[in-house]
Amino acid sequence: MAFLLTQELPVEHGGFGGFEYALLLAVPLIPLLGYALQMSLRKKLPWGDKLLTLGMGVSMAITVFMAFKAIAASHHEGFQFFHESARAGHGWSFKWLYHALDWDAAKNISVGILYDPLGAVMLAVVGIVAFCVHLFSQGYMHGDKRYNIFFANISLFSFAMLGLVLSDNILFFFIFWELMGFMSYSLIGHFSHDPDNPYFHRWASWASKKAFMTTRVGDVLLLIGILMFFGWTDPELGRSCASFRFTDLWAFSQEAVQAHQAAGGVGFPTWMTVAGLFTFGGTVGKSAQFPLHIWLPDAMAGPTPVSAMIHAATMVAAGVFLLGRMFPMFSPEVLIVVTAVGATTALFAATIGMTAWDLKAVLAWSTISQLGFMVAAVGLGGVTAGMFHMTTHAFFKACLFLSAGAVIHACHHEQDMRKMGGLRKRLPITFACMLICTLAIAGVPFFSGFYSKDMILLSGWAAILEPDGFTGWSVYATAALSLAAILTAFYMFRMVFLTFFGTYKGEIVEGHHGHGHDDHGDHGHDDHHHEIVHAEDGGVAHGHGGPMPKEVGWQMATALVILAFLGFFAGDFPSLGWFNIYHPHPWFESLATLESLYPNVSGWMVERFEVSEHVEHMAHARAFWGSVLVIAPAGILAAWFLYMRRKDLPAKITGALGIVYETVANRYYIDEFVKAAVIAPTFALAKLLKLIDEKIVDGFVLLVGAVNRLLGGFMAAFDRVVVDGIVNAVGLVSQTFGAVSRLLQTGRVQQYAAFAFGGGLLAAAWLILS
Amino acid sequence: MGLGAYVAVSAALFALGIICILVRRNVLYVLMGIEMILNAANINFVAFNRFGDNGLDGRMFAIFTIILAAAEAAVALAIVLNVFHLFNSVKPSEADLLRE
Repeated sequence: MAFLLTQELPVEHGGFGGFEYALLLAVPLIPLLGYALQMSLRKKLPWGDKLLTLGMGVSMAITVFMAFKAIAASHHEGFQFFHESARAGHGWSFKWLYHALDWDAAKNISVGILYDPLGAVMLAVVGIVAFCVHLFSQGYMHGDKRYNIFFANISLFSFAMLGLVLSDNILFFFIFWELMGFMSYSLIGHFSHDPDNPYFHRWASWASKKAFMTTRVGDVLLLIGILMFFGWTDPELGRSCASFRFTDLWAFSQEAVQAHQAAGGVGFPTWMTVAGLFTFGGTVGKSAQFPLHIWLPDAMAGPTPVSAMIHAATMVAAGVFLLGRMFPMFSPEVLIVVTAVGATTALFAATIGMTAWDLKAVLAWSTISQLGFMVAAVGLGGVTAGMFHMTTHAFFKACLFLSAGAVIHACHHEQDMRKMGGLRKRLPITFACMLICTLAIAGVPFFSGFYSKDMILLSGWAAILEPDGFTGWSVYATAALSLAAILTAFYMFRMVFLTFFGTYKGEIVEGHHGHGHDDHGDHGHDDHHHEIVHAEDGGVAHGHGGPMPKEVGWQMATALVILAFLGFFAGDFPSLGWFNIYHPHPWFESLATLESLYPNVSGWMVERFEVSEHVEHMAHARAFWGSVLVIAPAGILAAWFLYMRRKDLPAKITGALGIVYETVANRYYIDEFVKAAVIAPTFALAKLLKLIDEKIVDGFVLLVGAVNRLLGGFMAAFDRVVVDGIVNAVGLVSQTFGAVSRLLQTGRVQQYAAFAFGGGLLAAAWLILS
Repeated sequence: MGLGAYVAVSAALFALGIICILVRRNVLYVLMGIEMILNAANINFVAFNRFGDNGLDGRMFAIFTIILAAAEAAVALAIVLNVFHLFNSVKPSEADLLRE
């Protein structure tokens, strides 16, 4: 509790005042404003792309400034800088349902900013990546028909993620989460509108729908989990949490668990396990974990900058971020599920990544695999490690995707790695950036990925070595993650060797500038959506000859260099102790500890997850020497041997593996399974419902129609005879009267005068006589 | 001679004017009928002024009526001319467009 900045803690402690609050509030609002401007003015907005990039740059500057301020503050004054604005009086709250339920009104819904170590780092990561993507898109999307809308959309996408990171309550977290799902839908489908675009994919709209609906499954599970944590009455405490705020939820879990154990129970209350599993369902959907991972490989039908955004900082990171936020509420049983799912995903996605020929598909599967690492790390108790890997991964994966975009851009929309090669001389900047980030993701020492991956493996070893913590799952997870790490190094270097080394295998047509798209109509993608990663078909057959690839423009290069720089340095800042690699002290480790992440339940969390120094020491030795001696070298050397030295071997090996290779290359037929088990029954149900609709509902409607017609005929007859008769009678009377009175109207003045005189005479006579 | 004689003359003149208006076939006679009615009224004005104690009011009204009759005659003759142009006739029975 001591770490939590409350209202009593004075602002002059270098803390968090109204100014900081306003700055943080501006971070998501600037991209939102950009979106509103761009969408309302469309092409009338001059320099729309530059304006939005500038706005995002301002947002990024604030996030970085605040993150450095926060990190500096954490070094000097503990964690007092970090706090919840809703508690400090800057947020706002409103009551909801307090009439219907006798809840503590003050605890109902409040909205504020939770700016803790994790949020600070994540916010900066999102800001930087979003800015780089904006910058890169100026070059990459140049000439697109929906260029303006694209920029508006990525701004709103950034807004959603920034808002999600800043939310101090799970309700607003979920709202931004949903907005992000929608934005990924509209961005993945970006190219489905313009058949003349060289990037046009026929399955882009299909892929966007798939992404939306697959993640929706997870979203619904998450909503159930949220509502359970919010409203479930704990049997021991006799009340529900009745608050969406993260800190309240953490405190409530601690109370509930302690009450449960005080009453003689073991572990967590059952309802919390169930709610935790539902919540984890959200992560499975959003972070593309098995079995809901199927949307992510297809999501690359969208523009490459969007892929970079989705794969690095926004969409999939949100799921892992959710784990970091909800970590204290997960019971040991939930954590076992998290571990198992994460480790399995990491390994199986890595195997698929080895078989892909499409440049972006390799990266897509590598993302799924790396997300598995993060999720498994959280399950193993290493929440710091998982969040750290999310941070480093965001930089190097964004850089890898943008580099891939640069390669595809240079190779005239070719995505098949077999048609590339030898590009390192043609694209030196891209090559350098991609190489740095590949070394990072492979876990080579001094590169950022090394520190985070090492920490994840350390969590695995610690879970095994912990005296009372041994379970089969931690052994499985550690083994699977180690193997996946080797495979990661292998397939990433396979990609680099195929793309940048050897000779250029693409078609070179000098003076060919147009991207005539007529010859693409017969590639036949309508029924073979999965071709995008099929090893046999070589994925996207979009390439066409063109002049020799050349280096990208300055915006794209700048974005690449920024991200590559961070991909190298994000693990550990160079310092005097930097080369003592055996004892790395990554900045993130000291920043995001269990105490600083969950300040109000820190004692309980430390009791649950703190690893003893002895165990940590042993685990560190195993993880470190494994990473340095086995994982990265094995993978890189294998890739070098197979794709540089003996180029004939891969074909032989795949031939020898036969059906195994087929299975892996076809993504274990999971898509086919989903098609048969989920999509086909859904369509069958739809057909059945259509039949019911046509036969029964329509029949009923037709019956009602017939009855109505009958009634209508009766009404018409009544109308004709009675109503019309009355009207005609009235007309006839009027006519007759008119015909009679017409006789008086002769038009003769003298007659009129006679009438007037006669009338006057009569009046006079009446006056006199009466 | 008393007031009754004057009023009797006036009533006779009025009756003659009315008959003239109603029965004559020529519109000029109709105009004359109107003049006769006006003069019947004038006789009444003057007679009642003579036998009453109203100062000069009746006589003033008579003079006023004479002026009015002159104006009326001018307007009426203009109308007659127009009627003649329109119908090529001065018979009121033929100018029956009011029926429309």
